[in-house]
Amino acid sequence: MNFSYLFDPEHWELGVPGGFPQLILSHLGYSALGLLLGVIIALPVGLYIGHTGRGSFLAINAGNAGRSLPTLGLLMLMVTLLGLGLLPVLIALTVLVVPPILTSTYAGMRAVDHGVVDAAKGMGMRPLQVLFRVEFPMALPVIMGGFRSAALQVIATATVAASVGLGGLGRLLIDGLAVNDYSRVLAGAVVVAVLAVALDLILALVQRWVVSPGLSGRRVRRATAAT
Amino acid sequence: MSRIRMVGAAVTGIALALSLAACGADEDPLAQETGAASSGGAVTVGSANFAESELLAEIYSQALESKGVEVKRSFNIGARELYLKALNDGSIDLLPEYNGALLAALSTGGAPEGVSKPEDVLGALKKVLPAGTEVLEQSTAEDKDTLTVTAETAAKHSLKTIEDLKAVAGQLTIGAGPEWGERYQGLKGLKEVYGVEFKEFKPLDAGGPLTVNALKGGQIDVANIFSTDSSIVTNKFVVLEDPKSLYLAENIIPLIRTEAKNDTVAGALNAVSAKLTTENLTSYLAQVQVDKKDTATVAKAFLTENGLV
Repeated sequence: MNFSYLFDPEHWELGVPGGFPQLILSHLGYSALGLLLGVIIALPVGLYIGHTGRGSFLAINAGNAGRSLPTLGLLMLMVTLLGLGLLPVLIALTVLVVPPILTSTYAGMRAVDHGVVDAAKGMGMRPLQVLFRVEFPMALPVIMGGFRSAALQVIATATVAASVGLGGLGRLLIDGLAVNDYSRVLAGAVVVAVLAVALDLILALVQRWVVSPGLSGRRVRRATAAT
Repeated sequence: MSRIRMVGAAVTGIALALSLAACGADEDPLAQETGAASSGGAVTVGSANFAESELLAEIYSQALESKGVEVKRSFNIGARELYLKALNDGSIDLLPEYNGALLAALSTGGAPEGVSKPEDVLGALKKVLPAGTEVLEQSTAEDKDTLTVTAETAAKHSLKTIEDLKAVAGQLTIGAGPEWGERYQGLKGLKEVYGVEFKEFKPLDAGGPLTVNALKGGQIDVANIFSTDSSIVTNKFVVLEDPKSLYLAENIIPLIRTEAKNDTVAGALNAVSAKLTTENLTSYLAQVQVDKKDTATVAKAFLTENGLV
């Protein structure tokens, strides 16, 4: 049990098959694709349900059911049905990220002050304007929270790709265990953890940047000075 | 909303408590437990992570139990690289092995030259066994690693032996357990002995359903499947011949820690080895893999039908 695999410079060279840069890249690739698909599916549905209030039963229950699905089990099921390849992994990861994004979008939308929505309507905003210029920006902190937790989960879980012959950092875990090389397993675990934390920090910065200062309470002085 | 949050908090709390409790109860999984596990008279039987190994381990276990030996089961440990370590540190006392693969794993740079017959393999194997372990009598039942292709692939590239792969391997993908990437009786030996280098290696499972299905579905072109696997016949797969004997005789043989061996144990296991043949192993294994019967039931049937219990 040691860090020799992790700190061996040979494993950090660019373009080496099975080296850290290549594994991290493929790992981030699976995670990003899963997140992208998750956002494409969950965000519009969450916005619709939150805006109209229709189907909230569906959102909560689908969210909870999705959370309880074990990703590895789902992945094996998909591989049995579809064969090997990227698709089963993407489906499993998408199912993983949809619930947090969906429920946070719904919850964020529901938490928007009704008075503000009424005021927007009173000012003559059309429904889509209310949605995108009032409700969505106000719900964004909560939505970003859900997105961040989805990103964290998907980075940690994308290791399952290696169990069905794909790459990613899971390779270090699976291969290391198969050939009794615990140093490699440790390296994989450490890199996954660091990657997850680093990504969360980056997303925290993104959140600061996209959320309106009027909501987060930053730069209030400039805002008041402007009025 | 607050209600949901409260329920959520409660669930999180319980989950956290459970996981903490689990942590507390667990010992360091990597800690060395030299000899401690094998004390107290019980024989701990281990197995590799594929169906046949588990079936054989279950047959050994039940054969021992019928002679009044206390047995602990620790099956599905992993690949050879992993379970040999468990045997060496005393976490397990006994497991079913394959003489040729074990010899290749224990000798540096692959098995010694000119050794391919069962008796020669056994002789060579006895010289390299780790201290404190020994093998009992080997059975005539053999299960080899094979390189297997579909009938279409074989026809397309006119493949009969592993040598024929040399010219076309650059366009083909091979699937096997992840350990194959690094062990001698895997990609290393194929390159050294046959000069065969594949376009891509897909790490899947050791002759398990992932590999078989990937070969069937065409996601891999060549698969490492075990010769006793009934899926070879069912799917009309073609097993490539191995003229240079990269894969040696692979007789099934019990590997045991010397301190766990006594006359009762050896007698029971040797009786099993005497009855095991490639044919009956293949058919009992098919009951597990194809008919999806419980390993324990099939093991019991084997012992009863061969008059061992």
